[in-house]
Amino acid sequence: MSTPDTREATAITAAALALGDDALVLSHRLGEWAGSAPVLEEEVALANIALDLLGQARILLSLVGDEDELAYLREERSFRNVQLVEQPNGDFAHTIARQLYFSTYQHLLYGQLAAGDGPLAGLAAKAVKEVAYHRDHAEQWTLRLGDGTPESHERMHQACEALWRYTGELFQPVEGLDVDHAAMESAWLESVTDVLGRATLTVPSGPRTGAWRAGAGRQGLHTEPFGRMLAEMQHLHRSHPGATW
Amino acid sequence: MTAVTAGTAGTTGVPGVSDTAVAAEQAAYEAVFDAAVAADERIEPRDWMPEAYRASLVRQIAQHAHSEIIGMQPEANWITRAPSLRRKAILMAKVQDEAGHGLYLYSAAETLGTSRDELLDKLHSGRQKYSSIFNYPTLTWADVGAIGWLVDGAAITNQVPLCRCSYGPYARAMVRVCKEESFHQRQGYEALLALSRGTEAQHAMAQDAVDRWWWPSLMMFGPPDDESAHSAQSMAWKIKRHSNDELRQRFVDIAVPQAEALGLTLPDPDLRWNEERGHYDFGPIDWAEFRDVLKGNGPCNDQRLSKRRQAHEDGAWVRAAAAAHAEKHKHTGKDGEAQA
Repeated sequence: MSTPDTREATAITAAALALGDDALVLSHRLGEWAGSAPVLEEEVALANIALDLLGQARILLSLVGDEDELAYLREERSFRNVQLVEQPNGDFAHTIARQLYFSTYQHLLYGQLAAGDGPLAGLAAKAVKEVAYHRDHAEQWTLRLGDGTPESHERMHQACEALWRYTGELFQPVEGLDVDHAAMESAWLESVTDVLGRATLTVPSGPRTGAWRAGAGRQGLHTEPFGRMLAEMQHLHRSHPGATW
Repeated sequence: MTAVTAGTAGTTGVPGVSDTAVAAEQAAYEAVFDAAVAADERIEPRDWMPEAYRASLVRQIAQHAHSEIIGMQPEANWITRAPSLRRKAILMAKVQDEAGHGLYLYSAAETLGTSRDELLDKLHSGRQKYSSIFNYPTLTWADVGAIGWLVDGAAITNQVPLCRCSYGPYARAMVRVCKEESFHQRQGYEALLALSRGTEAQHAMAQDAVDRWWWPSLMMFGPPDDESAHSAQSMAWKIKRHSNDELRQRFVDIAVPQAEALGLTLPDPDLRWNEERGHYDFGPIDWAEFRDVLKGNGPCNDQRLSKRRQAHEDGAWVRAAAAAHAEKHKHTGKDGEAQA
């Protein structure tokens, strides 16, 4: 039987796993860009963001257990990341739309956590500075692409629409995360609406969840591309059981 | 340097100035340039310099920048498969640094009157080259360690003397690049050491990688001295400080004890210490392979260039968007708000 103390510890573990998996998976997706970015400056920027996220993931996963066991030896049904971060890179507009939606959320989340006195406050205080940069980067590119050429406008529009259905999940309550999800959601909508408006883009009107009940990724229900991503990520580690690197 | 600033030097066709006067002026500038090089002073972008010096530097710096950019590919090939989060972070940081090195070097080249776009165009059309080493494939994780140890090791051996190159912007770029490169090299060595001391399968993976990367690394120093087209002039101008063969020997002398410390062998039956010379003797390099790779027939030449061209083409609409956005908002602040 679990005591209140261990229940609390389990809740923190669940929260750290959810946020750690978000950061781990998005970092991996950004790592896929290396060598293919549209300009050299973006090679540096995307790698920089990927590294920040990987750093966050390593700290969060280490709160739960061994970072490598958690990253390399779990199967997809055990991952707790939101489905948004596992979506394939697509074109640069898709990558930017994913960054805009996610970093706006992460910025609000870490802002709230940093302001509190919970066990993740210290980590959040450091991460919120990194995430502010990620958010600014995504915002600047949303403006350039949305309010750039007719082609870039159309691509950015398509990307914002395509990823919209994965944004509702960001605001489902997560066990152990002591934040006001409803307040975050309205702040998120306000911020994204503002950026899209300045980028001459319309806020998508479709549903903000897929056919799965909201919170699917947090419960280990993922989209098809995720399994293939994990196969690539985990293959080498799994091929050498017990090895150190 | 104390030399004259390039102003009217070499302006032929100016009314009233005779050809002989121009020639005399040219000779005077050349004398100042030669004296500055002889005195180990730095040549700076606004200084007069011989056209051949300028062209030679553009060629070398551009090739160096291209090597950083193409060199991202063989390593990026393993980012998504890196076997631990620590190694993944190290590799991502390294590939990011390479993009940064490319940026410094294109900037250094631009001080000579060319542009990054022009240089990239020459890379994409095959008119400028990059280091032959990046036309070899990374087949296992151990290749990432071998590249760090051997390829970065060879690059550092080549680049440390360039920190004293006669052209200031290039020399200063090299100081920054070398600091980061030596960090990468230590990390590569450490990754290889972990494999060598790991399981039998890991050790075998490390040995196989070293076997495949050793000779291509020795080729990074370029053709032997008696066949090197640009060497003599580059040394006279103090762009280069040591010959290809001299640097190659220096690298071998450093690498052999490192291989011993790693517990790995080098794939050369002729490799042995020569007491008399105070250097390691090593076997003959397959120069036919080297020339073949340079000609475009290496295992990955097509793949590397195609991927680079593809990234550039796929990014065209993004660059066009950024340019169009900047044009629309050139009179306003960064967020589209009117400037106060």
